[in-house]
This record gives sequence, structure tokens and C-alpha cells, in this order.
Amino acid sequence: MTRLALVVVLVLITSIVLADKRATDSTPAEDLRLYRDFFSKRFPGIPLNEFGNGTYTIDSVSRDSWKAIEAFPPYTPMIEAGETLWNTVFANGNTYVNCFHEGPGQRKNFPYWDSKRKMVVTLPLAINECRTANGEKPLSYQKGAIANLLAYMSYASRGQKIDIEIPDKDALAAYNEGKSFYFARRGQLNFSCAHCHMESAGMHMRTDTLSPALGHATGWPVYRSKWGELGTLHRRFSGCNEQVRAKPFKAQSKEYRNLEYFLSHMSNGMEYDGPSARR
Amino acid sequence: MRRTIKSATLTLATLLVGASMLPAGAVATNAETVKMGKEVAYDRTKGNCLACHMMDDGVSPGDIGPPLIAMKARFPDRAKLRAQIWDAQINNPGTRMPPFGKHQALSEIEIDAIVDYLYTL
Repeated sequence: MTRLALVVVLVLITSIVLADKRATDSTPAEDLRLYRDFFSKRFPGIPLNEFGNGTYTIDSVSRDSWKAIEAFPPYTPMIEAGETLWNTVFANGNTYVNCFHEGPGQRKNFPYWDSKRKMVVTLPLAINECRTANGEKPLSYQKGAIANLLAYMSYASRGQKIDIEIPDKDALAAYNEGKSFYFARRGQLNFSCAHCHMESAGMHMRTDTLSPALGHATGWPVYRSKWGELGTLHRRFSGCNEQVRAKPFKAQSKEYRNLEYFLSHMSNGMEYDGPSARR
Repeated sequence: MRRTIKSATLTLATLLVGASMLPAGAVATNAETVKMGKEVAYDRTKGNCLACHMMDDGVSPGDIGPPLIAMKARFPDRAKLRAQIWDAQINNPGTRMPPFGKHQALSEIEIDAIVDYLYTL
């Protein structure tokens, strides 16, 4: 009986400790190491960059059909549409190059922490800020024209390495907000991102293999067969939140931008390989 | 220390008893509730138990939770099994199982019916 009671106490202490764990308890560098160790232990022998292929990294059956799809990618017309958009001159005579001086291939520069404005700036946000600064209407953030433009820019950036910097205290606070979001239970079903994509990565929900979270930020925008079209990372965030029966946040909300910041940092050193195809 | 242990045991006992004392609905165990329980368990918009658990004749089950077999042997105490569905976090704070009762994903009557059904497995 005493032993049982001891176990009970240990369980209670553990739960209290877990409940009190805070995002600030570990540094981004420590997070990165823990995160990598977790996935390399669960899926030994897989090269880091392979994780950018999501569930196809670990599910050999669906990997074959995915490879066949990627041989003639469904997103090719969208890359071309995006190139046309990139080259379309604004009413004021400027083009996107006036905002993105390095040209379309600069996925590596986003997301970044803007120390002056104290906010995470993502590539879609920068695209719309470029448009409004030049008197054009902003594009809607989930799909359509912005996804096409992102497809073109991402394609031109393939192979660039993710290198998210967290330059100051405010940036760290935003990173920690993203991290807290990632590990917080949410919605009627009470899942955190980590419950499905860390703890259960490689396991099956019905016949779906749950993809490892490592590399989740690398391949956007994604042509999803379920959507039948291209969508942005924040569209997928919304979908995930809805699946756990939580109210989604708006694309490019502070919540999702901070989440993207955290998630991208977790993919540091991996290559951007968007656009990509997913089931 | 002994007192701490006792009070901790008491706390946990209170939690478990508390969960079992939730309004249980007045559904009798019979073929009809077992049938209803199976329907609710298999329904993707209700229990969707097959998403994570292998059970019965369910096709393409997930493998995140343990297989649901020999339920009466594993949960001789009906209240414990019911509490597991109502809010599994009480028993295991880190669980991935949704709190179907606490978050009202299922009604109390539906949970009772699932328990009836599970006891046939």
C-alpha cells in the first residue's frame, strides 16, 4: 500500500512539474538540440534534410505514389502563374523587385524578426506590404494569387538553408509564444501540435501516418490533393486547429506568425524545398 | 511524509470518485445500448475510437492507443473505464486521449452506451 501511495505521490509531483513547465525554461539552442535528438532517436538513420518530405520520409508505401506525383508536379502551372504575377508591373510603374531587391529567390530571408516594429515578418506579409506600399490591393492569405507568387519565389529559392535568428529579447518572447502555442492543448479534442506530430509521429490515425514535425516549415506552399489546389502554411495551421475542433486564428495573425517563427527555427539547417505536393 | 502520502492518495481518490459520480444517465445495459455504443464509437464525428484504437471488427484502425480487448478483465471497475472516456487526463496528465465527457464531445448517455459496448469486447 505504501508503495502504491508513493507512486501516486510521484505521479502527482510529475503532473505539477509538467504543469509548471514554461516556454522560458529552455533556450532556443537547447530546444533545437532536444527536438533533433527526439526525431533522430525515433527515426534513426534518416538524413536531416529528408525530414522535409513530411510523412513520405517515413511511410514507404505512400512515398512511392508521392514520388510519382512529384515527377510531374501538380503545382507546375502555379509556379508559372506566380512568375507572371512577379513580372506584372504595378500601376505606379514599380514591380516586386523594388521591394525584394535580391529577386524572387529569397525564401531564406523569411520569416525574420523586425526589431523596429517588434514583430515577426513572414514572406506573405512582406508581399502584401510591398503591394500596399505601391498602391495595390493586398492579396488574401490562404490560397490563390499569393500562393502562386509564393510557389514561384519558393521554387527560385529551392536549396536555400533555413537560418532563423532570434536577435533580441523581444524576438525571444515571440519565439516563446510560438513555442507555447505549439505545446498547448487546444480545442474540444484537446490536442497540442506536439501530441500528434512529436509524440505520435510515425503512428497511424486510421490509415494516415502522422508526419514528424521536424521539417514542417520547409516545403510551402503545398499542393494538397485534399484541397485540389495550392495553399499556404497558415491555411494548414487553420485546418489543423479546426481538426482538433478549436477556433482557428487568422492567417498572418500574430499567433500564427509566432508559431511559424518557432517552427522554422526548429528546421534550422534544413533546406527550403517548396512548393511541394501532399496528400 | 506519511500524512502527505495519505492526503495525496485521498486527492486522487476524490478525483476518481468525482469523475464516476458525474450524471450517468439512466440507460440500462442491454442489446440496444450495446448497439448504440458501437455506433457512437465507430462514428467519425462522435467517438471515432477507431482513429486510435484497434477494436472489434473495425476496419483500418489507428495504433496510437492500446487495442480495446478484454475490457472487463482490464477494467473490472466500470467507473474507472467510464472515467477514462470522460477525462483520461485525471488518470494520466500527459494522455493524448480527448476528454470526451469533460469537453462534451459525447453526451453522458453516449458514454454509458460506449462503456456497455466496450464490456462486450
